[in-house]
Amino acid sequence: MNQYPTDRQYAKTHEWVKIENGVATVGISDFAQSELGDIVYVELPDIDAEFESEAEIAVVESVKAASDIYAPVAGKVIEINEELDDDPELVNQDAYDKGWFIKLEVDSNVSTEGLLTAEEYQKLCESDSD
Amino acid sequence: MRTPLSKLQEANGARFIDFAGWELPVHYGSQVDEHHAVRNSVGCFDVSHMAVLDINEQYANELLSHLLTGDVANLQIGRGRYTLMLNEEAGIIDDLIVYRRTNQSFRLVVNAGTSKSDLDWIRECEQQWCKQTNIVHRDDLCIVAVQGPQALHTVAKAFDYEGLKDLSQFEFIELNHVFIACTGYTGDAGVEVICSIEEAQELWSNVIRLGAQPAGLGARDSLRLEAGLNLYGHDMTSDTHPLESRLSWTIDERNPDRVFVGKAKLAKIRESDVERKLTGLEMIDKGIPREGHIVATSAGEGVVTSGTFSPTLGRGIALVRVPKDAKGSCQVSIRNRSLAAKLVKPPFLK
Repeated sequence: MNQYPTDRQYAKTHEWVKIENGVATVGISDFAQSELGDIVYVELPDIDAEFESEAEIAVVESVKAASDIYAPVAGKVIEINEELDDDPELVNQDAYDKGWFIKLEVDSNVSTEGLLTAEEYQKLCESDSD
Repeated sequence: MRTPLSKLQEANGARFIDFAGWELPVHYGSQVDEHHAVRNSVGCFDVSHMAVLDINEQYANELLSHLLTGDVANLQIGRGRYTLMLNEEAGIIDDLIVYRRTNQSFRLVVNAGTSKSDLDWIRECEQQWCKQTNIVHRDDLCIVAVQGPQALHTVAKAFDYEGLKDLSQFEFIELNHVFIACTGYTGDAGVEVICSIEEAQELWSNVIRLGAQPAGLGARDSLRLEAGLNLYGHDMTSDTHPLESRLSWTIDERNPDRVFVGKAKLAKIRESDVERKLTGLEMIDKGIPREGHIVATSAGEGVVTSGTFSPTLGRGIALVRVPKDAKGSCQVSIRNRSLAAKLVKPPFLK
């Protein structure tokens, strides 16, 4: 059973974002990691790189295929999860906590237009997997 | 189509995908974990989608002598051999294992995707050379593969027959209608068991109870690739011949008078020189080579025929078809980037 924690928002492209005190933490959902299968490489951006919302920000490679990850909100990279270099399987094991990808510095009035609530995202996933 | 083991597999947590017209388990949670389980201990695979073809006729020796690159005259009772069926252009129709059960009785195990065309081809040859067709597709049987260093030990317990521990590679025995062959597609020790549906269901449950990890198509692919074993339809097709597919060793020409389909064309190919070879590639940069990716070598361009992540090596590996003199370092073009790799002779695990 996939999880959909309500303490964050979701993009239609299966990323999650949690915004606190001007910092947005980004990762991929439990549904996404389950669809991808065993993850073997995660390619993260450089510190200080800036991204628009929906821009390609990272790449996840699983045994199945490589997938682009998109920025759910606009911001500047201030931290990346270095653990994923040696332990990419953290994304499969704990997509919402230890498997986080990137922390972005965001404006106080950053747009979250287009993002979904946990409930809306769950509906999307459940209709996807028919 | 699902195999008769699918209900049990659902209970094991299988995730199903489409493969050659079948719905089969791709994994039971993690194909990487399943891969490690086979390399370190024991795993079990349902390969009932493959086709078992039986023939028991006076003309069987002659028929197979014409059809296969391996020479069944050199195959003893109780043994199997990996071999190919070629077309007149020396293109590979399929790869298979042929087992000799008696002087005139054989069992062939062929790939799922080609089973119908294989059967059509064999029947056509039978009709043409022997004026009758008697080869039977045993779709009443299942095939369970148990593989890994603990595999023989596990099946000996499951069948309560210590003798299984002593089976040598490519040897097979028949225990009360259960056909147990010491063969496999993983590069590790193990058996492939061909038996009735009820026996297969019982065997599946028993080996899992004894510690075997159910493993799906995902693990099956990474295991065979590590072992340097070809996958039909990818590493070789009806448009490639054995000499450019690392399979010239399957051609048994000890009897120069034996005529088999493709022999004449093979001779012509040998004369005019083979231009390409199938070999292995190991990534140096981080990335997974996949079918169709272009490989730049010292001797010119080649292509990835199949590739994946090797859990044992922790890097990407592939089989590649390249110019015959290519060797050493090379680059693979993956997602618009040129990544460093090197050509290596398979198998990847030494």
